[in-house]
Amino acid sequence: MSAVIEPEAAAARVQAIQALLAGVADPEIPVLSIVDLGVVRHVRFESDGRLHVGITPTYSGCPATEVIRVAVRAALDAGGHADAVLEEVLSPPWTSQWLTSAAHAKLRAFGIAPPEESVSSPRRRWHAPLITCPRCASRATERVSEFGSTPCKAHYRCSACQEPFDYFKCL
Amino acid sequence: MSARAHAPSERDPAQQAAHFRHVLRLADTSLVLGQRLGEWVGHAPALEEDLGLANLALDLIGQARLLLTYAGELEGRGRDEDALAFLRDAPEFVNLTLAEQPNGDFGHTIVRQWLIDAWQLEIYQGLLGSADSRLGAIAAKALKETRYHHRFSSGWLIRLGDGTRESHDRVQAALDCLWRFSAELFCADEVDERMQAAAIAPALAELAPRWSARIDEDLAAATLKRPAAQPYPWHGRRGVHTEHLGHMLAEMQHLQRTYPGVRW
Repeated sequence: MSAVIEPEAAAARVQAIQALLAGVADPEIPVLSIVDLGVVRHVRFESDGRLHVGITPTYSGCPATEVIRVAVRAALDAGGHADAVLEEVLSPPWTSQWLTSAAHAKLRAFGIAPPEESVSSPRRRWHAPLITCPRCASRATERVSEFGSTPCKAHYRCSACQEPFDYFKCL
Repeated sequence: MSARAHAPSERDPAQQAAHFRHVLRLADTSLVLGQRLGEWVGHAPALEEDLGLANLALDLIGQARLLLTYAGELEGRGRDEDALAFLRDAPEFVNLTLAEQPNGDFGHTIVRQWLIDAWQLEIYQGLLGSADSRLGAIAAKALKETRYHHRFSSGWLIRLGDGTRESHDRVQAALDCLWRFSAELFCADEVDERMQAAAIAPALAELAPRWSARIDEDLAAATLKRPAAQPYPWHGRRGVHTEHLGHMLAEMQHLQRTYPGVRW
């Protein structure tokens, strides 16, 4: 392909595509987009003249990965990028630290506590992280189960407002 | 979807075959263990543990999918993850013999899980610097998940072992029963030696003492005794299995065998 794209024009196009992908919702937590989640790893035009979009799975076995892949393809098709190359990026592995601050606020508003503790120390292997209740902001919460309705969430209960809630785990 | 990291190109067919087999072994252990854990769904002692085991199963099957897809590409005969998972018979599976052992009681499942979690921690850690960047990337991802798998299984091992007399005796009995499969974990053969020589995989002999130390640490906390018997190395990784694998595959593969190529 001989067409050379001017850097400014390319940057504007990439920005438009990123906005397009920001409209693709996570199938499990629909208030988050796949950009909020840090699933979109790169959007760029490469020397082959084609658009390359890299996405990464969150958890290896997360069933949402397939749905996201199909949704990204559909969004690119609809945006006039049917020839885009969709790439799976495994390295570096996804981490909950890639959730944007906007994602944290959206999770809280949706009733899910955002990830709070970056790493658990080996000395406190079974220590459940202390989480703030997303409904009443109390710290008097307890973990019911490390595993919840999706791979990324743990199940908590608030002792102040008595409500159960999900916690988006650190990975 | 294409993957961006590639294995070093291999012109030597024997090397290529060993590479395929090495990745397939890792995949099969995850797949078979994931299927076993899936058998617990709806039957675990409590809802929380039901969810826990199902979550572990999901991770393991996800890891197996990444590894099987890659194995199929290394083999170069057009087999994808589904063909490898559903259309091979027991002698073609090369998982650890331990992974295929039946669930037994909850303590039995926990001991099996814990032994393999501790093994996968060392294996994946050792693969991080692999000359095969794609395998290294899969290992880095799997390692993060294996850490909380081990936290789950060792946590239960300690609660059961250091719990009531009944729970202690049952989990000790499970350990005594399953220990005989542990010699296979770090028993290297020509495939492992080739992978080690090519810097694709770590030397199993170097990982064994670290695994052993971790096992002893958890056993001490669980007030359990490490069985003394020097176990016989089983050969699941060479395709020689206990009778249990065939029964498990009969259920796992039933749909695809009965309706070849079926799609939802």
